[in-house]
Amino acid sequence: MTSGPIVSIDSLRVEFPSRGGSVVAVKDVGFQIFPGEILGVVGESGSGKSVTSNALLQLTKFSAGRVTGGSLNFVRRDGRSVDLRHADEREMQEIRGNEIGMIFQEPMVALNPSYTVGWQMAEGLKVHRGLSAKAAEARSLELLEQVRIPDPVRRLRQYPHELSGGMCQRIVIAMALACEPRLLIADEPTTALDVTVQAEILALISMLRRETGAAILLITHDMAVVAQMADRVVVMYRGEVVEQGSAGQVLLEPRHEYTASLLDAVPRIGEMVGSRGPKRMKVAGRQGQAVQSASTGQDRLLDVRNLTKRFPVRGGILGRVVANVHAVEDVSFRVGRNETLSLVGESGSGKSTVGNCILRLEEPDTGEVEFKGRRLPELSRSEMRDVRRDMQVVFQDPYGSLNPQMRLLDQVAEPIRNYRLDRGTAIEDRVAEIFDRVGMPRSFLSRFPSELSGGQRQRVAIARSLALNPSFIVADEAVSSLDVSIRAQVLNLMMELQEVLGLSYLFISHDMAVVERVSHRVAVMYQGRIVEMGRRADIFENPQHDYTKALLAAVPRMDPAARIDEVEIGARSIPSPIRPVGHIPEPCRYSEVSKHHMVLQDGTG
Amino acid sequence: MSVPAQMSVEEAADVHDVRVSAGDYARAAFRDRIALLAFIYLALLMAFTVGAEILAPHQPTGLNLRDRLLPPGSTGSKGAFHLLGTDELGRDLFSRLIYGARVSVSVGMLGAIVSCVVGVATGLTAGYYGGLYEDIVMRLVDGMLSLPSLLVALFVLFVLGGGYTNLILVFCVLHWMVFCRLSRGLALDARSSTYVVAAKALGAPGLRIVFRHILPNVMAPVIVLFTLEIAILILSEASLSFLGFGVQPPDPSWGLMIADGREHIRSAWWLVTFPGLAIFLTALSLNLVANWVRAVTDPVQRWRWLSREVGR
Repeated sequence: MTSGPIVSIDSLRVEFPSRGGSVVAVKDVGFQIFPGEILGVVGESGSGKSVTSNALLQLTKFSAGRVTGGSLNFVRRDGRSVDLRHADEREMQEIRGNEIGMIFQEPMVALNPSYTVGWQMAEGLKVHRGLSAKAAEARSLELLEQVRIPDPVRRLRQYPHELSGGMCQRIVIAMALACEPRLLIADEPTTALDVTVQAEILALISMLRRETGAAILLITHDMAVVAQMADRVVVMYRGEVVEQGSAGQVLLEPRHEYTASLLDAVPRIGEMVGSRGPKRMKVAGRQGQAVQSASTGQDRLLDVRNLTKRFPVRGGILGRVVANVHAVEDVSFRVGRNETLSLVGESGSGKSTVGNCILRLEEPDTGEVEFKGRRLPELSRSEMRDVRRDMQVVFQDPYGSLNPQMRLLDQVAEPIRNYRLDRGTAIEDRVAEIFDRVGMPRSFLSRFPSELSGGQRQRVAIARSLALNPSFIVADEAVSSLDVSIRAQVLNLMMELQEVLGLSYLFISHDMAVVERVSHRVAVMYQGRIVEMGRRADIFENPQHDYTKALLAAVPRMDPAARIDEVEIGARSIPSPIRPVGHIPEPCRYSEVSKHHMVLQDGTG
Repeated sequence: MSVPAQMSVEEAADVHDVRVSAGDYARAAFRDRIALLAFIYLALLMAFTVGAEILAPHQPTGLNLRDRLLPPGSTGSKGAFHLLGTDELGRDLFSRLIYGARVSVSVGMLGAIVSCVVGVATGLTAGYYGGLYEDIVMRLVDGMLSLPSLLVALFVLFVLGGGYTNLILVFCVLHWMVFCRLSRGLALDARSSTYVVAAKALGAPGLRIVFRHILPNVMAPVIVLFTLEIAILILSEASLSFLGFGVQPPDPSWGLMIADGREHIRSAWWLVTFPGLAIFLTALSLNLVANWVRAVTDPVQRWRWLSREVGR
């Protein structure tokens, strides 16, 4: 093997046709990938990082993109150097999947739902390697063992929907490794996964790099993932490379302004040690101020007691209930005035269901929800409508939560009209004021959601929830789908509004670093139960429950010198929340570590 | 009150600029030639329907037995030119086509509109509210779909008597179910979308959610079905008129013309071909224009249609 680079991209330019000429998605991009290294390409959405990697496999043409300049040299297995820009389709087929493997963001979507795992794995092996059915199966088994999947023989017979997200991603990785590629392109390989699963997958990828010697092109928006994985880093911004260098240099001593601001916008876990309340994010080099809030946690706004919610699993011809999914199990907490309580947990922990039950977008099975002294589950439809004026929700997906057919003015005016708070032009004035408050220009009032970026949409969604002057807002993963710099701004907006309007938040999130930044108190959920709850400092500085500890340990650190190595690579089997009908779970019993700091006792739940 | 967190320059600049002017619409219409042709056809059709008395070259009911079954483009015994030929009673086919458009197009349109309104209203509410109401509506739909439509039509027309209004009523009774089924499915799908849940959380009452939030988002497939239904209704009008319950001869309608022409299909192909073509072109044009209108008015899609380079 030569010591030269296996990929060298030189002044690459990719254009997409659009209204009024063409948009240059990538211009003058150049970098090299050496054998056996992990190169991290990092940037926000629209920075051209995925377009660059797609150009390597000539995949841009499926999205109408054209490579209009530069070269993409790839050294093939036999030592020949090929410019992938000009390679013909036959040669590309030999290279795709065979010499360059690809791992996608959405493992569930990357696998075909109508074929078994074994069938899909064998297909590539038969095509590229000419293996017989039997040999292909043997090789598939070997690959599954390589990615540390428990019980690999059974997995081959299973369909993708029977497996968890982490498991599917392992299979996608195994498929990418099938033909022993020289280069592995991993496009946001862990973005769709839970943080503990992410830690496992990242550990797996760096172990495979050591075992197979393949070079890895790791594309991600997450600086922390880069810090954990990459040897060298390329930072992209608006289609250009703004900085490249070793991981240590780029992350610790960034030379370019954009890299520095990107690093600033990322909340780092543990940096809040010693500060009492939530603190604004650093934006554009300015240090965030602490949020001035008078919260004492004494003045009670919302009181949730012993909330449970089960979803029936129906089966058989008659559609009888055969089991129950125990989504929320005996959950109790309080939210004070002017306070942020974060509900943190991984997907399936029941945190969103708790939010929906409070808002009565779903009906809780049992339990008490008291809001300003009114017992919500007992209220009639019209009484509940009254209460909704005072409690609002901001959803995760800013693309789905706005009606695509309505102007922004009408979206924000909607609640005002629903409750007939104002009429005629008074509505418009009011909406314009709210727009000012969330930092949206008034000129946007007559636009449609499709004309906005994700961050702007989320501002509109926040504006809409503020229209009724609520005192309590459920923020269900409200910033999870935003780019880091935009996320910092939206978080700051939320904290600003808390300070000015005296809002309380139930902040539902999976992101520990963000939670640390915004919360007064934190509740950690696992399998439908709150396993630990306390003030922010209690949870982050003195975690007691094993799950809280695991969750904190799995968060990738921003420091390339402090990589997580001791992560267990083998996939854990996640206990199922499905229980037979009539199963009566034990109530949650908590022990008090210190004042306000509760931990679920072992053996319960 | 302190100054709110403003958007950064980058965030504010990140706007897809898709302001559109009337000129953009006109240009887009010209670029999409097929839609433009369809538009012109419909405009002509409308002109003929309104101004039939002025535009038709002959009386639609003017008999002339000496000029029976003349082929298209021939000149009759009195020197009259028959562009599309004559029928078995020597009436000018082109003139009959023009007068026939009045009945056919209006019956088809109105019938489709009424059944669309009824079907969509019941379907969307059934899909959104669910429960017993949905069960009742959907079983009614199933039941009515399994009745032989001609029988129902004959029965209703027999009881109420024929004529224009009753014809439309019958069409509504026979065709609302298709719209109902389609829109129920669409509502079921939309019900779980985040914007609907958000609307609910913002205190919107049920009917407002159904008609203000869900309806505009599910219009596309409804419009396609609507245009297809118009063509189907024009043909149903034919069979009912043929059986003597719809339009009464000698008044022309496209359906009636096809029905009459069937006897002569071997010797005079033009008798069925031209009315058939008229129905086909009307349905096709409605479909194309409806599609185009939907696309350019849809805030999500319209930039695609209005943009210069991409076309569609």
